[in-house]
Amino acid sequence: MSAAGAALRLRGGLTQRLVETARRWPTYMRVAAGVLALLVVAGLLANVVAPLDDTAVDLDHVLEGPTAAHPMGTDEVGRDLLTRVLHGVRISLVIAVLASLAAVAVGALVGVLAGTLGGRADAVLMRMTDVFASQNHFLFGVLLLVLFRPVLGGTGAIMLAIGFTHWPSLARIVRGELLSVRERPFVLAAIGGGASRHRLARRHYLPHLLPAVGLAFVLTVPHAVFHESAYSFLGLGLEPHQASLGNILADGQRSLLAGGWWIALFPGLALLAIAMTIGTIAEYWREHLHPRWRSELEL
Amino acid sequence: MLRAERISKSYRASGGHVVAVDGASLQLERGQRLGLVGPSGSGKSTLAQVMAMLLAPDDGSLTVDGDRIDVWGVHCRCELRHRVQLVFQSPRMAVDPRLRVGEAILEPLVASRLLAARDAECAVLLHDWATRVGLTYDLLERFPHEVSEGQLQRACLARALIVAPRYLICDELSSMLDVSTQAALLEAIAAIQAEQELGVLLITHDRVLADTWCGEVADIRELAARSGEGEADATQRHASARAAALSALVRGRQRRAMPP
Ligand SMILES: Nc1ncnc2c1ncn2[C@@H]1O[C@H](COP(=O)(O)OP(=O)(O)O)[C@@H](O)[C@H]1O
Ligand SMILES: [Mg+2]
Repeated sequence: MSAAGAALRLRGGLTQRLVETARRWPTYMRVAAGVLALLVVAGLLANVVAPLDDTAVDLDHVLEGPTAAHPMGTDEVGRDLLTRVLHGVRISLVIAVLASLAAVAVGALVGVLAGTLGGRADAVLMRMTDVFASQNHFLFGVLLLVLFRPVLGGTGAIMLAIGFTHWPSLARIVRGELLSVRERPFVLAAIGGGASRHRLARRHYLPHLLPAVGLAFVLTVPHAVFHESAYSFLGLGLEPHQASLGNILADGQRSLLAGGWWIALFPGLALLAIAMTIGTIAEYWREHLHPRWRSELEL
Repeated sequence: MLRAERISKSYRASGGHVVAVDGASLQLERGQRLGLVGPSGSGKSTLAQVMAMLLAPDDGSLTVDGDRIDVWGVHCRCELRHRVQLVFQSPRMAVDPRLRVGEAILEPLVASRLLAARDAECAVLLHDWATRVGLTYDLLERFPHEVSEGQLQRACLARALIVAPRYLICDELSSMLDVSTQAALLEAIAAIQAEQELGVLLITHDRVLADTWCGEVADIRELAARSGEGEADATQRHASARAAALSALVRGRQRRAMPP
């Protein structure tokens, strides 16, 4: 009896698996994860860590280079840049994560609908996806921003603009994976064994799709950070006084002429650090996840 | 009786439609050992999946002990699906990589709510079937990638038999296995077949094996209402496909070699 009991034992917990995975990471992944964790914590605790008010104007200390009191210097109205960058990291990350979630939700929904409905609904949905994918997604985002900013405000419009322009590739992936997983012999075997549609969805389709959706989410986040910055930089995103990285960069561009190089440099570095660390992790994940999917397929 | 009549099935492939099965009819009685032979690509696996109610045919009808099958796959009643069980061609692809071997064998009972995984009967049944197909108990705790192909094929056999089917279809059961493993598996099937009046359809490309193990042997190329393509045609088709591939390769090289 003990053998059967053991055969039915539950597998290890999620935390344990995560720790085991992290132990196998190469150094560059640990660095990337560490830097990202630092940025996230700093962003989350921006109100606690950053000593000063990010909108506090100090006209006695305008455009000062990095000093002990202001490690990243001050901007053209004397606001502490470190404080603003920390707030910027938080605002940009939160918006990017929410916008990516929106994009992934739209993509997954379209893909699942197309894959399960089939027939004409599938054809219509996929044609729509092709049309969306063939547009320039940045310009389309600008159009959405111009239309919806008065209604939704900067944050909402940015999330909408990113969410509605970054879903076609995921929709295609989800539909394709759904169609292929349905024909895999072990799924057919489960059907032969008497599995219901509900059980198939829960045991086979969902676990198969989740990694792809999760990966798409992570890959979209750095994209969204750049988009938010670009929209804000163009003056189409957040209100100018809000400390998003794009807004600070826009300030920095003006200050460059007055010799204030630090105002563009530090938010630029923060932007780059966020995008590169998340991108590195996503790429690693993609490379190390896909072989396992493939081995399920082909072995 | 498991009766397939004028089954047709074609697939949509990148080069247009592929007719996999073209009007094939086949009958399998309970207690019968029927062989089905044919070269690779002649539609044996497709016909097997249709007969196991897993794949909807384009045309034709299937009846299982008088019950006509109108809906396929998950839409088909669980009890009907259990009557015909299919052992897939490649055991590695036919077992969920996330389940331990023992869990995989019990999966059909749990999925169709005949038993709950923690029931005491599960352990009893699992051990009973493991013994009958020749699996040792320690293998039941392992994951599919941790056991051999032959051991996994035995697990697939146990998984098919645990729902007490009336008909068993074995698709190329032995193509991956060495001769002695193959003999042992067929022996196990023979014992169960006699005991439970199981109808067995043995799909193979090995004519000698089919002739020795089965009472009767059918050739898929002769099942079609309209006569299917013969072996000469298949050889011809193979040769022309090879030629087409080669000339595509040559054209590619020429294009690359040309000055821009
Ligand atoms: N999922 C599929 N999509 C497209 N073509 C397929 C698919 N499955 C099988 N075929 C084609 O159908 C024909 C019959 O295949 P199959 O039933 O596997 O034959 P066999 O089992 O006799 O080797 C082959 O030409 C094969 O290429
Ligand atoms: Mg086959």
